[in-house]
Amino acid sequence: MNRIYFDHSATTPTSEEVVKEMLPFFTDIYGNGSSQHSHGREAGKYIDIARRQVADAIGAKPGEIYFTSGGTESDNWAIRGVLSGYKAKGKHIITTCIEHPAMIKTLESLQKNGLAEVTFLGVDSEGFICLEELKNAIRPDTILISVMTANNEIGTIQDIKEIGAIAKANNIIFHTDAVQAIGNVKIDVKEMNIDLLSMSAHKFYGPKGIGVLYRRNGIKLSSYMTGGEQERNMRAGTLNTPAIVGMGKAIEIATRDIDKNNKYVSELRDYFVAQVESKIDNVYYNGTKSNKRLASNANFSFEFIEGESLLLRLDLAGISVSSGSACSSGSLEPSYVLLATGRAIELAHGSLRFSFGKNNTKQEIDYCVQNLVKIVQDLRELSPLFLIKKGENKYV
Amino acid sequence: MYNERVMKEFAEPKNVGFIENADGVGKVGNASCGDIMEISLKIDNDIITDAKFRTFGCAAAIASSSVATQMVIGKTLDEALNIKNKDVVETLQGLPPQKIHCSVLAEEAIKKAVEDYRDKKNN
Repeated sequence: MNRIYFDHSATTPTSEEVVKEMLPFFTDIYGNGSSQHSHGREAGKYIDIARRQVADAIGAKPGEIYFTSGGTESDNWAIRGVLSGYKAKGKHIITTCIEHPAMIKTLESLQKNGLAEVTFLGVDSEGFICLEELKNAIRPDTILISVMTANNEIGTIQDIKEIGAIAKANNIIFHTDAVQAIGNVKIDVKEMNIDLLSMSAHKFYGPKGIGVLYRRNGIKLSSYMTGGEQERNMRAGTLNTPAIVGMGKAIEIATRDIDKNNKYVSELRDYFVAQVESKIDNVYYNGTKSNKRLASNANFSFEFIEGESLLLRLDLAGISVSSGSACSSGSLEPSYVLLATGRAIELAHGSLRFSFGKNNTKQEIDYCVQNLVKIVQDLRELSPLFLIKKGENKYV
Repeated sequence: MYNERVMKEFAEPKNVGFIENADGVGKVGNASCGDIMEISLKIDNDIITDAKFRTFGCAAAIASSSVATQMVIGKTLDEALNIKNKDVVETLQGLPPQKIHCSVLAEEAIKKAVEDYRDKKNN
């Protein structure tokens, strides 16, 4: 059997249709999109098409789309840009404690240097923020509310429309990190009152290294990269035409197929969850069982086992999954997202994220469950905690 | 992140389990740090005749405990006490910097098991 990939929240394979669309832009239509001659104008034409494809997918105008290098840059730009654009009003930002590190680390660093004051909202056991708590956190000098649409570890989808309404009612800019959501959750920036939105193409079968920051017209944002006049003087740097074209195609396909893919992937996910829960004892499902969860996401804590050993044993069996978020693997910290949901620290150490994609099959799930059952059993036999629980350890 | 030697030890650890009526047991670490290591020893005439381990932890922790049990079997208690964490790291042909503490746990578990034996013997 080929290797099995259950880590689509980390990244997805670029779809062949997208690659095909990109290829001419390396060798044939290679002009610099900002050049005035025919070579440049030709490339620029396709950049415009891609910009419209992205705008259409989220109900925005093409002029509100800014190409970046990815989700991390978009998040950094949104925060730093608003802080500088709304300096006169204040520097208070409200966010959640389960944001991606691109948000949390940036905000912590700004706070440490006195450039921002940040309120990190907690979440309930399923990963949802409390809207009343959000309202209570608002101050006269609050300039930004930033809440991720869907969480990368446990897949919880926040009530973005309601949060957008709260921000609007209080005249505060609303940013959402929609990196995990695009292609999985329907988003309309107008209907949801979203002022700024971050996305990244490689999460929806597009190429890596390309993303977008959506900025509603009228939102004051300082430029991020300085240099040339690309992106209406807001983000300098030669436009990455092949990647931009690929992103446009990828988001068009993702939007077109969203219902079909969500149905297929959620059925796989639900089947997997049911199998794991019926075949393995002492497992805890992290996140919500409601439909306010990414269709692709399942996250379990396996009691008595540490997540990394489980991940690596599955890897030896040919299955790629993730423990916590990909960005925190290699560190010794338990998942901060799971700790925020109130999971005990031992269980936060033993979590695994399975994120399924449109190319996965039921056979792959069966193979994974079969191996998972055996590996969990093996590692528990190795674990002193397991035997303590079974009452077999005389030295406790 | 891990070299092949570590992965091999992790995939097929030796001396897994707990020795019934062990002469000395050493348990170190705690679950909230993500590592618990327990080494049990059978000791005959101040010589370690058998060693087993159980570990809750990452691949490095499991590989380090497996290596540590193999290193102590056949050694005198004083020789076992002389095993340093860098000996475990050397046997594993290196560990990533953030995982060195796993080899330290292995050294400590051996020491604690030997001390446990000596405490029991002296009482």
